[in-house]
Amino acid sequence: MTAGQTAPPGGVPGAAPQRPVSGDPAAAKPVLTAAEVARAVDRMAHELLEKTGGGADVVLLGIPTRGTTIAARLARRIEAFEGLVVPTGSLDITLYRDDLRLKSPRALEETEVPPEGIDGKLVVLVDDVLFSGRTVRAALDALADLGRPRAVQLAVLVDRGHRELPIRADYVGKNIPTSLREAVHVQLTEHDGQDAVLLGPARLGPGS
Amino acid sequence: MTWVLKSVLLYGEGEPVDVLLADGRIEAIGVGLSGDDAIDGAGLVLLPGLVDLHTHLREPGREDAETVETGTLAAALGGFTAVHAMANTDPVADTAGVVEQVWRLGLEAGHCDVAPVGAVTVGLRGEHMAELGSMADSAARVRVFSDDGKCVSDASLMRRAMEYVKAFDGVIAQHAQEPRLTEGAQMNEGITSSKLGLAGWPAVAEEAIIARDCILAGHVGGRLHVCHVSTAGSVELIRWAKDKGWDVTAEVTPHHLLLTDDLAATYDPVYKVNPPLRTQSDVEALRQGLADGTIDCVATDHAPHALEDKESEWGAASPGMTGLETALSVVAKAMVETGLLSWRQVAERLSETPARIGRLDGHGRPLEVGEPANLCLVDPSATWTVDPRTMATRSRNTPYAGDVLPARVVATFLRGRPTVLDGKPA
Amino acid sequence: MKRHLLSAADLTRDDALLVLDTAEELAQLTERATVKKLPTLRGRTVVNLFFEDSTRTRTSFELAAKRLSADVINFSAKGSSVSKGETLKDTALTLEAMGSDAVVIRHSWSGAPVNLARWVKGSVINAGDGTHEHPTQALLDAYTMRQRHGRIEGLRVTIVGDVLHSRVARSNVLLLSTLGADVTLVAPPTLLPVGVESWPCESTYDLDAVLPKSDVVMMLRVQRERMGAAYFPSTREYSRRYGLDVRRVTTLKDDAIVMHPGPMVRGMEIAPEVADGVRSTIQEQVANGVSVRMAVLYLLLGGAESAIGTPE
Repeated sequence: MTAGQTAPPGGVPGAAPQRPVSGDPAAAKPVLTAAEVARAVDRMAHELLEKTGGGADVVLLGIPTRGTTIAARLARRIEAFEGLVVPTGSLDITLYRDDLRLKSPRALEETEVPPEGIDGKLVVLVDDVLFSGRTVRAALDALADLGRPRAVQLAVLVDRGHRELPIRADYVGKNIPTSLREAVHVQLTEHDGQDAVLLGPARLGPGS
Repeated sequence: MTWVLKSVLLYGEGEPVDVLLADGRIEAIGVGLSGDDAIDGAGLVLLPGLVDLHTHLREPGREDAETVETGTLAAALGGFTAVHAMANTDPVADTAGVVEQVWRLGLEAGHCDVAPVGAVTVGLRGEHMAELGSMADSAARVRVFSDDGKCVSDASLMRRAMEYVKAFDGVIAQHAQEPRLTEGAQMNEGITSSKLGLAGWPAVAEEAIIARDCILAGHVGGRLHVCHVSTAGSVELIRWAKDKGWDVTAEVTPHHLLLTDDLAATYDPVYKVNPPLRTQSDVEALRQGLADGTIDCVATDHAPHALEDKESEWGAASPGMTGLETALSVVAKAMVETGLLSWRQVAERLSETPARIGRLDGHGRPLEVGEPANLCLVDPSATWTVDPRTMATRSRNTPYAGDVLPARVVATFLRGRPTVLDGKPA
Repeated sequence: MKRHLLSAADLTRDDALLVLDTAEELAQLTERATVKKLPTLRGRTVVNLFFEDSTRTRTSFELAAKRLSADVINFSAKGSSVSKGETLKDTALTLEAMGSDAVVIRHSWSGAPVNLARWVKGSVINAGDGTHEHPTQALLDAYTMRQRHGRIEGLRVTIVGDVLHSRVARSNVLLLSTLGADVTLVAPPTLLPVGVESWPCESTYDLDAVLPKSDVVMMLRVQRERMGAAYFPSTREYSRRYGLDVRRVTTLKDDAIVMHPGPMVRGMEIAPEVADGVRSTIQEQVANGVSVRMAVLYLLLGGAESAIGTPE
């Protein structure tokens, strides 16, 4: 799961291996500045246009909450570069998570599929941090219930490694090698008042 | 075999004295007495054996809930030497045959005297008067008649019954519940019932019958006893009737002196009882009424029920609570600890007066030489935790499970013979 | 910790809003995004234990559970061991042995769900008990009000009819007061409970006086058998004094809505033209019922701990 989310300290005994699930952003150090975040988004937008043959048929689906914001920013940059309006929406994966039974049920986030739908489209899933890959797996399940895209790709602002599933990103803003004792915090102006990526000490929780 | 009770306080008053019991009577009261056996009574209160005007022993018919044997043992453990067994058995105690059967079972059990109550009407159906005279003339010597569980709601029948029993000094003990006002009723009608969605049992359904019956008693010069008074309004009506000089007596249960209707919010049927638990202001009025003598006595309305009749939905459960083994402690908590009654007055309200109302010879007598040794020895400073599993009653429906109550019955004597010693069956 | 939904009073303001928000997202998924089935409660067993016939409520819960991939067992009192004298407790222990994670109970005795909650390990959801409560009905009513009015706080809600015997009224009063609406009960004095003055709402006997001020008018079903018990003299007189007819509807504000929990008695408490009119939310209430019950099931059963409801 993405950084910035909280989980009960200690987690469930005997469950999955302990994984860093959260940390205190105040104790974290910046690894990307606002300008670097902006450049990373720009580069991802360019790559996306290149790899998708100009972005036709593309639908961007962000995974709430910060993935949705990054998807919207990608769409704005693509429009600025090419004048192309890419249909954008959001895809909440809460009900598809494989760790539902480990925590109390959480509030659902918005799922908003563009009116064009996703059948036959090239869906690009957008998230802030790629870590175990379980979020993306849940997103693929959710997507299958919504329709049948022609292909699915993945864009993330940060890839921090430590995959637990055979999943890789097609577009990566920044690869940040981390240890399991660290937590990655993606901050975006819309949610946090500033753009930055921070790296700090993690609290440990059940694998996620 | 003689017993000497050493250093006891008679009615909890005066200096400690020794009391010698022999040949079923109080042989001597003094200091330095000795007998075959002795109980160290230092700090204990000696009372006349308690008398219950209102006990459901369930036999015959519901021996799974209680028998005369288990019920009277529970009574002895509660300090009682006599209980009045209510008539709503199966078959109903509406003939000389049934009341004699219950009376004999009591004799055989030997834990306390059993005075059967006769039904007022055949089958408790409220239609035809039962053979009250035959029951009075039987070996059971019935003097108290009641359709308890049901109200004698027909005014004409109630009038005739009160008139008829004058011939043998009987009393009609009325379960005051206007039936049409209580159809489907589940609990006291008020704020709590409105929230819980349980059909209300309004105070007026009790008070309307009490008012009517008091006036009838005055009119015909009969004896009326009002069972389990539960509302402040009822206390007022009885006070009024007594002021008129009418022969009206009344009882209150221990639970109506302590518990209130908000307990129903748990929907635990252990709190379902008839009449229902009322409000705190009713409890205050009942306590005052008992203290000032408007309400003459405490009666348990001990109503044992089998598990399946209580472990159910509230509406499907049978009403009633056990009470024999907790009565004295609840009275101590509600009336003695609050300063409303002295132990001397407890003796009056739980022994002397009920014995007089029931016309029971040999019970509720003064603690004097020559009197029958029906006695109850109480430790007023002890506390105990109510555990339904260790009680003598066959049923478990006590509303006090887990509660810590004051005052403990140490010993009970029936005509000089211990039925309870050291708080256990003798 | 296991939790139950026994009374609308079990829900804090945050709990209630969480249910409504979750229901909204679920409605979005199942209606607009046409996801017919979510995997969320796969492997969980929900028992519908209905001691009273209610096809509407039972179907709504069944659909909600199935859309979340739960296994559903329908256990109705008719034709089961219950009608042969088995006690509620024995039934509860049987269900327990079958491994149920939640029991949805409808019962004719007030408080039966409270009793059941003491006997089973899983969560208990009250689907209507006697004349006590029906909390999921109140939640779907609140959801419908928010959908039409965009808010609940400050809404003037008028509930009309047999309040005395209505579990819908009790749950709505509790939930709506938690959510900040102003509720007024309207009924003949015989159909308002003694003690109603302690409820967090107003009450009156005069329907015409409150209609022009109402944002929501909720009509309760009035059973004809109440007439036999002298609660009111005739259906005609009841309808004239407390029925929502076409004339009364004209006194409503332009955006006021008319609700009914169903099943309704047309011509008694509500005129057919009103029930089928544009203000009527009766069909929406049915649809919203499924979303709200999905939300309740998800929040009670979806995780290791329940997110809402009464603690054990």
